[in-house]
Amino acid sequence: MPRHPLRQSLPLLFLLMLLAVGSLGVSLMIGSISIPAADLWRLLWHDDGSVQYRIIHELRLPRTLSAFGVGGVLALAGVLMQALLRNPLADPYILGVSGGAAVAVLGAMLVGLPLAWHAPMAFAGAVASIALLFTLAHHGNWNTSRLLLTGVVLAAGWSALISFVLSLSPPMQLPGMLFWLMGDLGDALAPTLPLAILLIGLLVSLWLSPALNLALLGSERAAALGVQIRHLHIFIYVLASLLTAAAVSIAGAIGFIGLIAPHMLRLLAGSDHRILVPGAVLIGASLLVLADTAARTLIAPMQLPVGVLTALFGVPVFLLLLHKSYGEQK
Amino acid sequence: MSRELLQVEDLALSIGDTCITRRLDLRIEEGSCWGILGPNGAGKTTLLHTLAGLHPADAGHIRYEGKKLSAYSPKALAKVRGVLFQTEPGGFPGTLFETVLAGRHPHLGNLGWESPADLQLAARMIELTGLKGLENRNTQTLSGGERQRMEIATLLTQQPRMALLDEPSNHLDPGQQIIMLQLLRKHFSTTGRALLMVLHDCNLAMRFCDHLLLLKGDGRYLAGPTQKLATTGNLSWLYQHPVSLQQVDGNTCLYFQ
Repeated sequence: MPRHPLRQSLPLLFLLMLLAVGSLGVSLMIGSISIPAADLWRLLWHDDGSVQYRIIHELRLPRTLSAFGVGGVLALAGVLMQALLRNPLADPYILGVSGGAAVAVLGAMLVGLPLAWHAPMAFAGAVASIALLFTLAHHGNWNTSRLLLTGVVLAAGWSALISFVLSLSPPMQLPGMLFWLMGDLGDALAPTLPLAILLIGLLVSLWLSPALNLALLGSERAAALGVQIRHLHIFIYVLASLLTAAAVSIAGAIGFIGLIAPHMLRLLAGSDHRILVPGAVLIGASLLVLADTAARTLIAPMQLPVGVLTALFGVPVFLLLLHKSYGEQK
Repeated sequence: MSRELLQVEDLALSIGDTCITRRLDLRIEEGSCWGILGPNGAGKTTLLHTLAGLHPADAGHIRYEGKKLSAYSPKALAKVRGVLFQTEPGGFPGTLFETVLAGRHPHLGNLGWESPADLQLAARMIELTGLKGLENRNTQTLSGGERQRMEIATLLTQQPRMALLDEPSNHLDPGQQIIMLQLLRKHFSTTGRALLMVLHDCNLAMRFCDHLLLLKGDGRYLAGPTQKLATTGNLSWLYQHPVSLQQVDGNTCLYFQ
């Protein structure tokens, strides 16, 4: 009696859940005032009027949960982009979504729009980029190679515009712009939105998972097995782009999570999306929570942009996994 | 009286300026095994994809079990016809078992979760194609012949009524070609099923197919029982090359001069 191939991946999902809970705990405990694990549980639920309670509930919990949501959304967008483009190099930003958002936000900073405008501007810029790419690539027949090439060129165009805006900007504004470009969770104190987006994105992606598995076999094979591949491609493109747009609007263009979280899962558990989707979300969310904890504590009281740390942390971990996985194949 | 599984009427098909068929008529009955022969570039693959509903026809009608191709939902169609492709699958590595199991997709419910019966069917087809023991192998580390047998196992796991195969003998050694074609014919040349395959090897076609479609590549074609069509005259005309037929151990064999 053959066992279901996903059965052996269930313990891994359980471990990843522990990792996620652990990273949330670590993030809540560490900071300017460290809170021992013994007190954390009590402080989470009981307001004793202490400073610790306020630190947890007004600062650390919102930021930690935002990091969790944004990290999960980025990992999800990465899984979807890689399935859409059938390209392991794809990440959420490959098609220029973050570039469009960046141009809009930097433009808003340059003309002095208040902070509250930044997230809506970023989202508007991202959606404009999504629509522009769709119009450019959708002409005639839909083809993911063409989408990829058009998107990469569009992203290059956006980055030229970003450099242009940066070179026009007064030196006073440059640090703020660079923080945004590298990704920063310092202003992300409203976790409800990223968590809600993560939940919706996760449910939709889980529902799509069987079709995503077939899409990886190629358009012809997927179509022969009963997938409406063109509709699926357009749906994935819009879903992945909107998820990316939301993440970027909330926390800037945090790099690397969307690229490595899916690959870590592929190396650990194979490429079945029914495991890949929830697993990558848990890894991406945990990674960003840990990276953000490091970003706000490493050189405290100063803060680093978290995007710098995701890359510094992600590169060696990923190389290690890659080495292990290819070592085993020999 | 056996029923017709696939009916093609007045099918016109072309790519660019090349006319593949002008008015193709085809009736494929349950239990029969058809072979498509033709020179390079005659449009055999395009015709196969058109019959599968993956490529639009210029004109004409295609019906499966009397129902128009366009009236099927993609999932319902995938229960009726299955396709074996010639191109290599790319993308991300999965295991052999996962790939073969993907053949069950059209039969799964809304949750997309395979039942124990689905798993058993996939395991049996892996065994029948001689791949037992390779279930957990990464598909990218398979040899060409193993991958081709994996594709055949996937199609058998899909269990369509009509199988459309694009050069099923590709990448297989001569012994495996015979074993796999015998397996396919045994599975599909039964009540309720039929087989249509593009072949390059005329000897395999004459041995395994009871009907042939000779596709010239300029709109002309011949279709009918193998015994009637497999003549030196027809095959020389088809390939623009002189051929002779010889008897070897009671089998008719083709020799290209």
